[in-house]
Formats: sequence, structure tokens, C-alpha cells
Amino acid sequence: MSDPQMTRSAAIPATLPPGLARAVAPLPLAPLQPLLALMLHRIGRLYPDLYGRLGEHADKRFGIDPTDLPFALLLEPSLRQPRLCAVRALPARLDASIRGPLVGLVGMAEGTLDGDALFFSRILWVEGDVAAALALRNAIDDARIDFGAVMLGPLGQRLGQVLRRKLQGRSAAVGAETWS
Amino acid sequence: MELICPAGTPASLEAAVEAGADAVYCGFRDETNARNFPGLNFSREELRKGVAFAHRRGVKVLVAINTFARAGAFGLWQEAIDDAVMAGADALILADLATLDYAHRRHPGQRLHVSVQAGAANPDAIRFYAETFGAQRVVLPRVLNVMEIASMVRETSCETEVFVFGGLCVMEEGRCSLSSYATGQSPNMNGVCSPASHVAYAERNGHIVSTLGGFTINSFGKDEPAGYPTLCKGRFATPRGSGYIFEEPVSLDAALMLPALRDAGVTAFKIEGRQRGRAYIAGVVSSFRKILAAIDEGRSPPAVSLAAMAEGQASTVGAYRKGWR
Repeated sequence: MSDPQMTRSAAIPATLPPGLARAVAPLPLAPLQPLLALMLHRIGRLYPDLYGRLGEHADKRFGIDPTDLPFALLLEPSLRQPRLCAVRALPARLDASIRGPLVGLVGMAEGTLDGDALFFSRILWVEGDVAAALALRNAIDDARIDFGAVMLGPLGQRLGQVLRRKLQGRSAAVGAETWS
Repeated sequence: MELICPAGTPASLEAAVEAGADAVYCGFRDETNARNFPGLNFSREELRKGVAFAHRRGVKVLVAINTFARAGAFGLWQEAIDDAVMAGADALILADLATLDYAHRRHPGQRLHVSVQAGAANPDAIRFYAETFGAQRVVLPRVLNVMEIASMVRETSCETEVFVFGGLCVMEEGRCSLSSYATGQSPNMNGVCSPASHVAYAERNGHIVSTLGGFTINSFGKDEPAGYPTLCKGRFATPRGSGYIFEEPVSLDAALMLPALRDAGVTAFKIEGRQRGRAYIAGVVSSFRKILAAIDEGRSPPAVSLAAMAEGQASTVGAYRKGWR
């Protein structure tokens, strides 16, 4: 059923400059690990409802792969032993993995970009247990996580707002802010 | 004209209210509603708080309990109805005759809407729901054109609500069994069309291949926009060739049809997408709010493109303009 009204448009959030990925590639991941652990700990403390929404999927292993960074993240939200760490390559034995540019992943996590729209535009890619990936996406979307505030408090919140405006200014229309 | 907006989570409910919804519809976190997806929907406490939040801002909350009750488990649907009424729901959206009958008898003052899942697509059916259960509004299936809608509005006294944006069921809702054939689960009985637990994606030679219950649904080329893994929007191999048979991956966008639908006598415009994120809710609701405000004031509606939000990044006016006839 084709329709003459049918329209198409690209939806392309900004990717990080390739030079940045090349510059950080030789750096060791070890200094990142305590920061990531702290971030996950604070998210668990500040957004406890997230676990209720994750339900049975809280004990699953997720791979989060920012395609414009030279490393990926391994996430185990588990209430008992939460774990978030950076890895050079994701292990094969994962329940689900989500892949896309960093701005897209962060925008989706912060609720400024729509995950389904990113998927439709082929920017986001999901593999493995789709139910687990959806539960994680929905739990995070409802939690309204502000990563700047999680890491640096009110200063981080402000910095995050400025950075997001800058990055999303380079993006095509995918998220809410582009409609207003 | 009312703007009825989706909310899969409390955060989405707040986003919809802030974006200009007149009413928000949502459901409980179980099989009683037709968007029973992982990580979505409301606990009883979340619904109570959501209703209070919406009411403080003059926005209504409609609770969808719109699946068909399983034999031997009707208590789950009865509890959902009782709890939604207790939470202060402004209306219940129901499909099953048993749920309509229960709600009508148990909560006689409660406003009832007939869900799109009931597939009420003719004046006799609508009159039956209105006269038997006191239903005050019917959500029309997405299979009618504007003239048919106008004709039905003239023949009944029941309010009508139509979808104007979002996921597009091309079958008459409540009567589609495609998902059941592939997975044993359907939106009608389990609240899930193409349940995520049965979906898999794989990359093959640069193509994304989606499967549902082991059946290949589609294969999207390198830069080809993707769609949901639903059978009605899958590619089929037939003796006459391969391609889309029922519908392409596409979303309904009836923004241009709003004046015609208003003139047809429609009471409320509904946006689909309880499974979508806050960004979709905020973006689509605020766009439609602006369009409706312009129409109300007699101005030309602002040009907005919501194609990036659409399945397959493509939109259609669907059955509202049946060009193939």
C-alpha cells in the first residue's frame, strides 16, 4: 500500500571526531574503571526504581558499544553485584548488546533521543536478547538519568546541558528538542 | 478537539502532560493492556501518582485494560478495572465484552471508552456498546476512510476517537492473529504483537535480518530504514515475486487530515506509541498540539516533519484516504 504522502528523512546524530578516537585509543582503560564503578553505584542509589522496571533482566549481561570510541562497556546491573567496566572488545557471551555512536547512546539514555527512531534510522543496533535490551532501554528512559549530575553534582548537570546543546546542534532531527 | 497521548512510563506521562496532552492513556504492568512490553507500564502506585500529577494540571488519564480476558483468569482483569477506578482514572479503555459488562455493573458512574481492539467499525456495533454498557466513546479501527467516519458519527451519539500518528495496524485490531501464528502470543490476548522475547536481529553481509519466532520477517539493506519485526510489515516470497504484501514499514501520520477529521465530527485525536521513549512523546505531542492550536485559531498549521520518528522513516495517511480504491 504505497502512498503519495510518504516521506523519508535521514536521522543522523553527530559522531565524535575520528581524531578523538585515535587520540584516546592508546590510553589505558584502568583509570576509567573506578569512575565507571562509581557512576553505576550512584545511579543505583539515585534511581532505585530502575531495578523494579528491569525486573528479571537486572541479572543479565549487557554490552554497550559506542561505535565512535575505541572501547566498549560491559554492564551487569545486578542489585547484588553491579558491574560497569570498560573493555577493548565485548566478550562473546553476552545476553544483549547495543551498538551506536556515543551521542546517540547517551541521548537515548538521557531521554533526549528516541531509541526506536535511532533503530529505524539504522544508527542503533541491538543484538541478542531483545526483551532484555528493551527492558533496559525503558527502565533508563523512565529513570531520567542525568549523567552530568551523577558524576559531578549540580556543576555536572550544567556542563551536561551545555555539552548536549553543542553536540545536538550538529545532529539531524531525531530527538524532542529538534521539534520545538 | 482533544489530544490523547500515550505513556508507557511515569516519565512519559509527565512528558506528555508537559507537551500539551489533553488526556494521557496508559496501562498496568501485566497482560491486561495491549502494550505489555518489557520494562513498560505502571504499577498501581505509579498510576495513582500519575493520575494526581495529571489532574493537578487539568489533564485526564485514561487506563487501557484492553486485552481479551483469558478463560479462568478473569480476576486479573476485574482487579485491573477496580484498581484503575480507585486510582482516579477518568475513563477505562476496554475491548472485551466481559470487561465492559463488569465495569458497567460494578462501577456504574465510571466513564467507559471502547478500545480500538474491539474493532467497532460500524454504527450497529457502536450503538450496541453505547446502549448495553453506556460506553461514551469509541476508538475507531484504522481501516476506515474519512467519509465512512463521518457517516458513522452521524448515525450514532457516541463520541469517536481516531488515531492520527504512530504505529499502524493494517488489520482490523483485535482480530489479527499474525503474531499468534509465529509466536503463540498476540496483542489481543497477551498484549504483545511480535513479543520481544521472540525477536532476533542478525547482521548478514551488511544487511539486518529480523526474525520472529524463527521466521525471517525482513532484511534491510545497508542504508535502508528499518521497521518493527511484525508480520504485517514483513517481506514475503510469493509465486508472483517477493516484497511487501500487506504494508511496508511505515507509520500513520494524519496531520494533514486533521481538518477533515474534525469536520467529520471526530471528538478526539489519538497518538500511538506507549512503547516509545520520552523523546518521541515530547516531540510528537508538542507538534500535534501546535497543529491543533493553529487549526483552532483558523491559521495555517505549521509545517512539521515527524518522518524521523516514523517506522521505516516513512509515513502514510493509511485508510483515511483509500487511494487504492
